[in-house]
Amino acid sequence: MSIDTADLKRMFDAIAVAIEADRDRLCQLDGVIGDADHGIAMALGFNAVRDVLAPLDLAATEPTALLNMAAKSFLNAVGASSGPLYATAFMRAAAAVKGKTTLADGDVVALFQAMAQGIRDRGKAEIGEKTMIDAWLPAAEAAGAGNAAGQTLAESLQAALAAAERGAEATKDMIAAKGRSSRLGERSLGHIDPGAASAVTVIGAMRDSLA
Amino acid sequence: MQTKKIINDGNRAVDEMLEGVLAAHPRHLRSADGSPRSIIARDGPRPGKVGLVIGGGSGHEPTFLGFVGKGLADAAAVGNVFASPPPDPILECAKAVSGGAGVLFMYGNYAGDVMNFDMAGEMAAMDDIEVRTVLTTDDVASAPRDQRQKRRGVAGNFFVFKAAGAACDRMLSLDEVERVARKANDHTFTMGVALSPCSLPQTRRPNFEIGADEMEIGMGIHGEPGIARGTLKTADEITDEMLDKILAEMAPKRGDKVAVLVNSLGSTPLMELYIMNRRVKQRLDAIGVSIHATWVGNYCTSLEMAGASVTLFHLDEELQAMLDHPCDCAMFRAG
Repeated sequence: MSIDTADLKRMFDAIAVAIEADRDRLCQLDGVIGDADHGIAMALGFNAVRDVLAPLDLAATEPTALLNMAAKSFLNAVGASSGPLYATAFMRAAAAVKGKTTLADGDVVALFQAMAQGIRDRGKAEIGEKTMIDAWLPAAEAAGAGNAAGQTLAESLQAALAAAERGAEATKDMIAAKGRSSRLGERSLGHIDPGAASAVTVIGAMRDSLA
Repeated sequence: MQTKKIINDGNRAVDEMLEGVLAAHPRHLRSADGSPRSIIARDGPRPGKVGLVIGGGSGHEPTFLGFVGKGLADAAAVGNVFASPPPDPILECAKAVSGGAGVLFMYGNYAGDVMNFDMAGEMAAMDDIEVRTVLTTDDVASAPRDQRQKRRGVAGNFFVFKAAGAACDRMLSLDEVERVARKANDHTFTMGVALSPCSLPQTRRPNFEIGADEMEIGMGIHGEPGIARGTLKTADEITDEMLDKILAEMAPKRGDKVAVLVNSLGSTPLMELYIMNRRVKQRLDAIGVSIHATWVGNYCTSLEMAGASVTLFHLDEELQAMLDHPCDCAMFRAG
């Protein structure tokens, strides 16, 4: 099975729907340890992506071009922290599939891993610092391992989602070391990181729409 | 229950505010062509002068755009409520104020702002504009003293921007402007207290919960939890608690001079700010520190949050001259 530009557009549409439905929960999570706007920023960004991609001639657009448009529209709608982080993720995804018109399972996994690496490079966060990286990095590793073991794309993305969920859950036991909540010290304990929570939502929508 | 706000549409609040600001201050402000979130000084940017670009999320008015004008900032990039602006409006600010002598970016130390301003700086470099960055880190409550670089920037921005803007207006070089800006930041100390939450226009829900008889010392200007929560105390006790921390770090000597800012986080009235300022004066008199100038009012707000902050700006001859340098902005004038 292969993924083309139209599938990627459907993926972004699915993420926009999932994030919109999750908006208030993400704001509430952020209200506990941050400034309560994470759901707003994520919804704003993915709605902007959906609007920019809507009129696109998909047959005349390569995956790389679509991903770069997604990056730019997300960045300029959002700013904040999630803007540069997800914009970098989509730009790296675009670079990872450059020159391809359809993507094999391994290409999609490479795209997924490039997203995680982009977020890590831009935010300079490591595992255990209570950020979205605690969901994205284990998810990327799980997808890569699944693909290397000969799993289907659906199986690889399912493994990624499960790893992201575990990683997000684990942020409850972490003390924030990056971002706004890092000023809280031990008071951030016991609360799930909103960026890790929204990563699970994004990855879940990717699995649902691509697999 | 949703909070009460005088708005039309929460998602349009920032843009509608900007329309109102430009309508009120046409002599001082304009927006950059094709970039409505880039607010530029009518007077100020000129060839040979370092351009000063400030910015950050909305909801702190008059910070940041109110401090755009001759003698202070040349431009402000405007983000969504409590969210950094993206790189594009920041870049447009840099282009609009570049006079060939370089551009200084100044903003509060928050992860989102750092990423967006850094990306804008990289883009400006491609247009041959040299950009330097000085982050403000005046919030004493937000990290221990040995980790000053981790602290967030809050109301003390006012003094740090003022000093840097004066240095630019006096046609100092980019190196010198950067030096003055860093020194001003190192000499600025703020502590805040919050009594009740604020709510974003898009959610209209209180962004944190606090008991009817509670206060939170050290709360950030986006409602980030502070360092300690306790029962609401008297104005003198609260002011003492803030000054104890500030003075311990600032370590002024008898005869030193400071400037004072007593700032409302939004809904705390002037009456309460002046009661606090009375105590600030008593405490400084008692240790022989003289007050060169005082500002009391809404300078760096957090929407409708109730609470206040006290900032001391530890002056030397150079910083005092920068503070006294005239400026004429939309929402602030001096000298």
